[in-house]
Amino acid sequence: MAKATAFDPRPWYLLSPALLAIAFLVIAPMCFILVYSFYINVDLGVDEVAFQFGNWQDLLTDSYYHHAIWKTFRMAIIVTVLAALLGYIPAYFIAHTNFRRKWLLLLLLILPFWVSFIIRTMSWIHIMGNQGAINGVLIWLGLTDEPISMMYNEFAVIVGFIHVFLPYMILNVYVSLEGIDRNLEPAARTLGCTPWQAFREVTLPLSLPGLAAGSLLVFVLTAGSYVTPIILGGPNDFLFGNLIYDAVVSELNWPMGATLSFTLLFLLGLVVVIYSRFMGLNQLYKALS
Amino acid sequence: MRAWNLIKIYTVLVYIFMFAPVAVVLLLAFNSSRFGGFPIEGFSLRWFAKLFENEAIMRAFETSLILGVLTAFFATTLGILASLALVRFKVPGKEWITTLLISPVLVPETVLAVGLLIFLRWLSMPRSFAVLLLGHTMIALPFVVLVVQARLVGIRKEYEEAARSLGANPVQTFFQVTLPLLMPAVFAGALFAFTISFDNITATIFWRPAGSETVPTQIFGMLRNSVSPEINALGFVMIVITVGVPLMAGGLARYFSRKR
Repeated sequence: MAKATAFDPRPWYLLSPALLAIAFLVIAPMCFILVYSFYINVDLGVDEVAFQFGNWQDLLTDSYYHHAIWKTFRMAIIVTVLAALLGYIPAYFIAHTNFRRKWLLLLLLILPFWVSFIIRTMSWIHIMGNQGAINGVLIWLGLTDEPISMMYNEFAVIVGFIHVFLPYMILNVYVSLEGIDRNLEPAARTLGCTPWQAFREVTLPLSLPGLAAGSLLVFVLTAGSYVTPIILGGPNDFLFGNLIYDAVVSELNWPMGATLSFTLLFLLGLVVVIYSRFMGLNQLYKALS
Repeated sequence: MRAWNLIKIYTVLVYIFMFAPVAVVLLLAFNSSRFGGFPIEGFSLRWFAKLFENEAIMRAFETSLILGVLTAFFATTLGILASLALVRFKVPGKEWITTLLISPVLVPETVLAVGLLIFLRWLSMPRSFAVLLLGHTMIALPFVVLVVQARLVGIRKEYEEAARSLGANPVQTFFQVTLPLLMPAVFAGALFAFTISFDNITATIFWRPAGSETVPTQIFGMLRNSVSPEINALGFVMIVITVGVPLMAGGLARYFSRKR
C-alpha cells in the first residue's frame, strides 16, 4: 500500500520553476503589501518600519476614499451591464448564424485583443474629440458651428471601457451559447412557445454561466483600471486605481499605496469569492483559454 | 424573420463600434495635416518618416521588442514545464496548483504591479529592466499555461510511451516526440505572451526604470500633450505588428499544413 502511494517527485521538478516564480513574485508581494500598509510614510519615498494603523484609519475615516470606492463600483456595474446588453445579441447571432464564414466573425471578435490597448483607448479621442469624426460630420452637415464637447467626462470613460472589454463578454456568452443543444429551442417552439418565450425560458437560462463569467471579467477588469480614466476622463473621473497610481507614482507614499492596493485586492477578491460560491471558477478558466 | 434581421443589424452595429475607432487611427496616420485629428487634408507619409527620426520612440520600440521576446521565452518555458507536470503526472492538489498558476490574472493588475514594486524595493531591487521582465513573465504565464495545457490534453500519451519503450529517455522523448506535437501550442503561447508584454501599460508604468519607456508608456506620455499625428503613425505600426504578425503566422501555418 505504502508503495502505491509513494511520493513521486518528478512533477514537482517540472512545477517548481513556475510555482517558485508565482510564490516569490505574486503571492509574497500580495502578503507583503498587507505588512507594508502598517508602515509610516515619513517623507517623499522614505518609509519607517512600524506597526500602526494610521493608513487604515485614513482609509476608513476619509470620505474621499469612500467616495472613490463607491464611484469605482458604480462605474464597474454600469460598464458590466452595458457590456452585457451590447454583447449578448452579437454572441447569439454568431452562435446561431448559418453564415458559412463563421470563423471570420469569431476572428474579427478576437482581433481587438491584439490591437494595442492604449491605441484603442486613444482612438476615442478621434471619434468624440473636438477634432473627432462625429464633430467633423456634424460641422460638415452644418448641424453645428462649434464642435460639441463629448470628451473628458464619465461618458467617454464608460465608452472606452466598453470598447476594450466587450470582446470578453461576447466570447464568454458565445462559448456558453454554442454549448446548448440546438434542438432545445425548436422543441420549445413545437410545445407552443413563441420565439421570445423559447428564448427566455430555454436559451437565456442555459447561457447564464457564460453571461456571468463575462460579467465577472468585465467587472473586475474595469474596477482595477486606472489608465482609461486618465486618458479619456476629466479631473473628477478617477477610479480607485487612480488613487493607487497617485499615491505610488506621484506622492511616493508607498505605505498608503500598499493600503489602497490591499483594499482593492480585498474588495475584488470578495466579488470573485461570492461569484465562485455560486458559479465555480471552472467556467472562468474555460473563458480565459 | 424580422427579429432575426434586427439581430443581424444590431450585430453589424456592434462590430462597427468595435472597429470604427481602429479604422480611424489607421486612416489618420496618412493625414498630412499638422494636427492629429480631422479634417483630412491630404495623403502623406511624412508622419512615418518623422516617426523613424524620433529617437525616443525608436528606443521605446527596441525596449518593447526585447522585453516581448524575452517574456515570451521565459513564460513559455515555465508554462510548458508546469503543464507537463499537471497533465502527464498525478499531482495531489492539482486544482489548487492550477488556481495558483492562474492567480496573476485573478489579481487586479494595478495591485499586482504595486505589490511587486514595493516587495522588490524592500529587497533592494529598484525598478529595472529585470523587474519589468519578471513582472511581464508573471502576467503572461497564465495564458501560456492554459493554451499549452489544452493542447497537451489532446496529445495521446501512447506516443510518449511508445518512444519510452523503444529506449528513449524522458528528455529525448520530450524533445523528439512531445515537443514537436506541442509546437502549435508553444508557438501560440509564445505569440500570446509577446503580445501581452508588448501591449502592457497598466503594470509597466509602475515597473519601468526611470527614463526608460516601452511603446505604450511612450504613447501614454505623448498623450499628455495632445494627439499628435506621430501617435497615429505609431498606432498604425503597432496595429500592423500586433495584428499582422499573428494573422500572417496563422495563415502560413494553415498554408503549410495544407501542403503536407
